[in-house]
Amino acid sequence: MTTATRARLTNSGLRQEVSDGLIMTWRNLKRVPRIPELWIFAILQSIMFVLLFAYVFGGAIPLPGGGSYTEYLMPGIFAQTIVFAAATTAITLTYDLSKGIIDRFRSLPMARSAVLSGRTFADVVYNGGILIVLMLTGLAVGWRVHTDVLSFLGGVGLLMLFAFAMAWMGVWLGLAVQTPEATQQLSFTVLFPITFLSNVFVPTQTLPDWLRPVAEWNPVSALTAATRQLWGNPNPFAASGFPAEHPIELTVIWVVVLVAIFAPLGVLRYRSMSR
Amino acid sequence: MRVFTTLLRPDAGRATVGGFDVVHQAQEIRHIMGLSGQYAAVDENLTGRENLQLFGRLYQLTWAEASRRAAELLEQFELADAADRTVKTYSGGMRRRLDLASALSGQPRILFLDEPTTGLDPRGRLGMWDIIRGLVREGTTLLLTTQYLEEADELADKIAVVDHGRIIARGTADELKAKVGGERIEVVVDHREDIPRAIELLTRATEGEHALDDHMRRITVPARGGARSLVQVVRDLDEAGIAIDDIALRRPTLDDVFLSLTGHSAELAAPGAKDAVKAGAETKT
Repeated sequence: MTTATRARLTNSGLRQEVSDGLIMTWRNLKRVPRIPELWIFAILQSIMFVLLFAYVFGGAIPLPGGGSYTEYLMPGIFAQTIVFAAATTAITLTYDLSKGIIDRFRSLPMARSAVLSGRTFADVVYNGGILIVLMLTGLAVGWRVHTDVLSFLGGVGLLMLFAFAMAWMGVWLGLAVQTPEATQQLSFTVLFPITFLSNVFVPTQTLPDWLRPVAEWNPVSALTAATRQLWGNPNPFAASGFPAEHPIELTVIWVVVLVAIFAPLGVLRYRSMSR
Repeated sequence: MRVFTTLLRPDAGRATVGGFDVVHQAQEIRHIMGLSGQYAAVDENLTGRENLQLFGRLYQLTWAEASRRAAELLEQFELADAADRTVKTYSGGMRRRLDLASALSGQPRILFLDEPTTGLDPRGRLGMWDIIRGLVREGTTLLLTTQYLEEADELADKIAVVDHGRIIARGTADELKAKVGGERIEVVVDHREDIPRAIELLTRATEGEHALDDHMRRITVPARGGARSLVQVVRDLDEAGIAIDDIALRRPTLDDVFLSLTGHSAELAAPGAKDAVKAGAETKT
């Protein structure tokens, strides 16, 4: 072994994992402006949901305790967008797999973790960008934050944490399915019910008794209720109970649980992958 | 190939690359090797320069080193004009050159090329051959797999012929060709009924064993006297009034080697078993 390789090898460990992860984040973010169809449709889809629910269905959905439906809706739209972004994570990852570039990464002396950590970091940043556009849309249709800057940032922080958890779920989905088309199908069969069986569009009071606990404990409901509470938007919860009283804590718990499940599953799949 | 490049763990046996074990010292191997070909790719949505910077960084160069190396490689591979365009806009030949350049961004001692010219037009292929020859001249050890036996002939010092996953012959191109013998004369007669007489004339003129492809009406004999034997044969056949469709003096190619070793041609055996038939070629310095 030459001295040069020896010196470079000692550079491994946590420092290399972070630095390679950041290089991969750079790579993933560089690509974003060049694949506009990816984020344009993500944004348009969310705006369509805003318009449909604010102006079409919203009138038929009474809020227990009153309040503006639009203000009720927007935090749900943010949460929904972040959940759907898991599909984008999965699809971009399977795309990389199908193009063979993951094999090149696997042949390089880089940290093994960097492909996945770079993917999830980049997707959190990407979600942040989308969120800004949606917040501006929300402001345009009458959504407002009624609390202080700190609470506002707290809500944004929760959304970003949740985006990180969803990105890991997307990683696992993508590696489990391995083709972009199948990923697209599977993501929506999984992600649609998760967002609709929640308090995103409709207050949980209207649900049948047996279904209500499912919707209340749903991580998407927790996130939505937490941001509504932090921003002073209408937050009509059915009854007392942990989800109603501690949505912020529940969201953090869910983030920890989801990352603890999907990150190891994703990493294991990636490691055992030798097609 | 996938085992040597640490993409796949071997089911059985051991392998070392540059003195490192492919299972236990995979990361060391990744530092000294470059991989290009059907298993590795570049990023279509990055520019040529960004791709090279990315791979340079992942070879653990600093940003400054990676950028300098990228500029060097873009110049060397005649991609400088297209450096800041996304790879999506590149032609097939440009992509292949960038792919090879990416494998070189860490200045590897050992280079693995997996069918580097598959799908390239003849000009692109000759260009790649020039580049690869240059790398070997500068001291890089090269292991290349190819379906084109002509390519192995051009680029490799040592060749291993692989059929259905097993090495069936190895040696230099000349050694392998010597196994099938020297030059041969091939004659295709017009009329089937002339075949026996033609064989008689041919074996007398060349004093060798003949081979007959009855369906194609083709007779092959060794040509010990080279071009003189050919002239003799033409004269004899003409005097005997045997009409011929085609006549040629053939030097053995690696295709002949493959055929005579396996009893089937490289192309015919290929479908179904992707890695079954390949000529591995190695150039050591």
